[in-house]
Amino acid sequence: MEQELASTLSYPILSTVIFLPVAVAALMLFINRANTGAIKWTALIASLATFVLSLPLFTSFDKSTYKMQFSEFHEWIPAFNINYAIGVDGISVLFVLLSTLITITCVLVSWNAIKEKTKEFYISILLIEGAMIGVFCSLDFFLFYIFWEAMLIPMFLLIGVWGGPNRIYASIKFFLYTLVGSVLMLVGIIVLYLYAGKTFDILTLSSLNYPLKMQLWLFWAFFAAFAVKVPMFPVHTWLPDAHTEAPTAGSVILAAILIKMGAYGFLRFSLPMFPDAAVAMTPAMMTLSVIAIIYGAVVCFAQTDLKRLIAYSSVSHMGFVTLGIFAMNVQGLEGGILQMINHGVITGALFLAVGIIYEQTHSRQISDYGGAATVVPVYAAFFMVLTLAAIGLPGLNGFVGEFLIILGGFAAKKWAGVLAATGVIIGAGYMLWLYQNIFFQELNPKIAELKDLNGREFLTLIPLIVLIFWIGVYPNAFLSFMHVSVQHLIDRVGMGTQPEAVASLLSFIR
Amino acid sequence: MELYTLIPVLPLAAFWINILFGRHYIKDNAHWISVPAVVASWVIALITLSDVLGGKVFNQDIYQWIVSDGFKVSVGFLVDPLTAVMLIVVTTVSSLVHIYSVGYMHKDPGYYRFFAYLSLFTFSMLMLVMANNFLQMYFGWEAVGLCSYFLIGFWYQKKSASDAAKKAFIVNRFGDFGFGLGVILIFLTLGTLHYAPVFGSIGSVAGQTLNILGTEVDLITLIALLLFCGAVGKSAQIPLHVWLPDAMEGPTPVSALIHAATMVTAGVFMVARCAPIFSLSPTTMAVVAVVGGVTAIFAGTIALVQNDIKRIIAYSTVSQLGYMFLACGVGAFGAGIFHLYTHAFFKALLFLGAGSVMHAMSGEVNIQKMGGLKKYMPWTYWTFLLASLSIAGIPGFAGFFSKDEILWQAYAAGPLGKFVWVLGAITALLTAFYSFRIIYLAFHGKFRGTEEQKHHLHESPKSMTLPLVLLAVGAVAAGWVGIPPLLGGTIGIEHSDKFGAFLAPVVGHPHASVHTHAEEWAVMGLSVLLAISGILAARYCYLKNPELPVKIGEKFKFAYRVLWNKYYVDELYDCIIVKPTFWVARNIIVGITDGKIIEGVVNGVPAAIGRFSESFRKIQTGFTHHYAMVMAFGLLAIAIAVFFF
Repeated sequence: MEQELASTLSYPILSTVIFLPVAVAALMLFINRANTGAIKWTALIASLATFVLSLPLFTSFDKSTYKMQFSEFHEWIPAFNINYAIGVDGISVLFVLLSTLITITCVLVSWNAIKEKTKEFYISILLIEGAMIGVFCSLDFFLFYIFWEAMLIPMFLLIGVWGGPNRIYASIKFFLYTLVGSVLMLVGIIVLYLYAGKTFDILTLSSLNYPLKMQLWLFWAFFAAFAVKVPMFPVHTWLPDAHTEAPTAGSVILAAILIKMGAYGFLRFSLPMFPDAAVAMTPAMMTLSVIAIIYGAVVCFAQTDLKRLIAYSSVSHMGFVTLGIFAMNVQGLEGGILQMINHGVITGALFLAVGIIYEQTHSRQISDYGGAATVVPVYAAFFMVLTLAAIGLPGLNGFVGEFLIILGGFAAKKWAGVLAATGVIIGAGYMLWLYQNIFFQELNPKIAELKDLNGREFLTLIPLIVLIFWIGVYPNAFLSFMHVSVQHLIDRVGMGTQPEAVASLLSFIR
Repeated sequence: MELYTLIPVLPLAAFWINILFGRHYIKDNAHWISVPAVVASWVIALITLSDVLGGKVFNQDIYQWIVSDGFKVSVGFLVDPLTAVMLIVVTTVSSLVHIYSVGYMHKDPGYYRFFAYLSLFTFSMLMLVMANNFLQMYFGWEAVGLCSYFLIGFWYQKKSASDAAKKAFIVNRFGDFGFGLGVILIFLTLGTLHYAPVFGSIGSVAGQTLNILGTEVDLITLIALLLFCGAVGKSAQIPLHVWLPDAMEGPTPVSALIHAATMVTAGVFMVARCAPIFSLSPTTMAVVAVVGGVTAIFAGTIALVQNDIKRIIAYSTVSQLGYMFLACGVGAFGAGIFHLYTHAFFKALLFLGAGSVMHAMSGEVNIQKMGGLKKYMPWTYWTFLLASLSIAGIPGFAGFFSKDEILWQAYAAGPLGKFVWVLGAITALLTAFYSFRIIYLAFHGKFRGTEEQKHHLHESPKSMTLPLVLLAVGAVAAGWVGIPPLLGGTIGIEHSDKFGAFLAPVVGHPHASVHTHAEEWAVMGLSVLLAISGILAARYCYLKNPELPVKIGEKFKFAYRVLWNKYYVDELYDCIIVKPTFWVARNIIVGITDGKIIEGVVNGVPAAIGRFSESFRKIQTGFTHHYAMVMAFGLLAIAIAVFFF
């Protein structure tokens, strides 16, 4: 285990943030279901405690090494060489923090919105939190797969039980879509396990060289799982349905964390394990990314449903992320990782904001709004910041990520950078169109009685607003986490294992 | 930390205080926060100017903004002669507009918000002109666009205002698309975005080419053209001029500050700042000159027939910006900036004068419904007249010196220069005509509005007339710093006035070919002649023979309709961009690719599996005799197979 550094903290920080929410969820079984106050407060305190306990990841992280940090290792099922191995590096650490932060906002925003089966709801939220963090920390494929699938079940329930009118269709679609992808990945994991002499150790598997043909097959097997999650064009159609039908907290978790796992998968597995295949597939991946950027943006103009529009905009924004990743240069990768955080913050906050207003109006139809800036000025101001961050205004976080990605994309393939930049124009078009129809123009009588943000709602949004400014004005506070790990990843991909074979394959594709 | 860093910081602080505490606490006292902040910036700007005149140049990084491997960009400030000029223009006009707004926006429910946005704008514009690298300029560039969006849509309840705001932002994004790619290309070419190393080493890549879709394109030309795309958007040149006239939906002080004096001139500033890049590409220079010249005459013709006082001035702005680009395009960057500087005074004055008129007329903007206002609002009239004389190019006024400089430099710059000079000279005639059309229709003759309006006519309060008078001083005298050598303004450097000599270290000298003094006198004489003819023609048409314009309009109905409808450019864009986008989104993506194809597969596969198993399930009936019969047939089949094969 020379690639890992043990935690220097007095407590096993990663296990704590993974299992604290799970343990609290288990304890909540014993709270009387009628006592919703106790349930909500328990969930809130648990999520706050998890967040506070995760903060040392930000302050004590060693930015000078690419090695896994805060690592823990225990034997689990020795017969199959399965271990409990966790740790974070510069690529994953920020996602753990984002997960713990987002969970708090999810609890807060659901405070009054969830009136039925409250207990089960908050248990689901906490279980999702544990599983999400587990996915980002796992260093053992078996463990990873368990967290990966475990996350699906409470998410499926969240949509299916607390969702909108069409929730059954949406939840089953979500489940089947992701399951089909995951199963192919499972096959891939088993193939790797057998090839490498029965090990699930991710770091070991990431340092081996596989035959090109095997790499290609495995790349596509993993691609199936990750592309669905991202979601990349053309496997994106579960997202609008899932987002639209999910309760607010569900949409927020989906947008902020869950769909990041696909992109994370590319970074953690596809690139370091199958470098030659990844390089060979770059043209295809960049093409799909650019299609997603433009396609996802244009389709927003046809939306009449607020949540659906934001969902489609996620397709476009995640297209930027995958473009950055497959540009395979420092700016592209760092921009891509930062944009994953940015998108989590911005779109998470957008769904929170929509949920807050939905609680009062019970309508997601854009045409049911208009002139809201007059009645809810503070809310309008917050939404404006989110809109501007989403369209990449310099000084806010979205710009830094998008700019680095377009720069990286342009450096890799000029056409990709140019086409991605058009997404910035279209993005301004639909977001400002949306903002105008909700907040500007004459006041729609239907929303004349709207109340502005209350204290709880204000507290829900403000941490994300602060992050938007922070990352926008001083992105180095976050980019500095990635430098060494990204460089390590590029070295791994750049070395390749069979450059001649890749070259001939690439010339064949062209 | 140098004193000059306070120049942008003070307005930023005013913005935050007003936006955070304005609604509940500051309310109608918002100007007590913003005005002192901006005036203080102005004072520091004056100090900075005197430092720069003394030969100092500041270039300092504040902190590292974005670092990603070799990509390193700071937030930092560069103060050189070009920046110093812009600092004076921005802080002066901004201070006066802030003061004017105290009266103009009095009792508006969004008073605090207005001052917050004005201050944010001032901060953004200062960041733009003080940047020492391209990415920070891009930040300021987008931020001024955002403030423009906020302020055009200030009265957001009006659909037209919110439409105009959105349009301004999106049209500008088209230009910024090019600008952004230009910035990226600069980084990939030179490995830095900071001005000093970029301008220092851009010469080393002269002659390099880039393969685009199979054709080799000159690298520097490509960079310059991409940057120019941004300038075309921000400075409302053809084909991205469509947003500026609509931007008049914003309160008038906004039009004066943002859409006349400062933000829209950012494009000219950027081209001048990048003079070391543009000068290396004759192709781009020609494009800049022609776009500028054509825009000048194009917008000038539209202004001839419009009736909305603010829109006429807006088209006039587009036209004058065209002049500035024309100058840059022929290599006379200094002349372009000179015109930017004089234009800031007389154009801000025209807008604020128009605002004063609208204030008196309860918001009326149609000059056909005005008339005779001279009597009721003398301060407004006289200052408006001075501004009009200045823009028309009457000798002695600020506009004369800068316009003459541009026309002369164009004339002296070879065949292409001669061509754009012709465009510029015709535009000079148009400018004088439409400017005095406003004077005669609005201020002379009889009042043509309603009785109620007439009853309310009054001169504007002091807070509004004071800025008018101060700007009028600028509209008259601002040009005296750039008196051409021909008229005795030389300071010993041949072919250069004081202003040009001050800027020369940044933007260089124009490469004029040798011409005689007689030619220079002739060019100057002709433009003065054209200006006076324009004024007299307006007087003849609108004061002496008011029925004449109507007759002309009827006789040339087609031309009149085309001009009235602004050459139908808006309609064209609606047909080729706006409508197709919505159509594709609704009918192709939602209707076919997402709706039918992808969802067809996604829902179709499970449905097909369902149907398949449905039919297969029927075999399992549960009756023993059915199974027995199937078994018997099966055995028979096996037996036959074994026997015969």
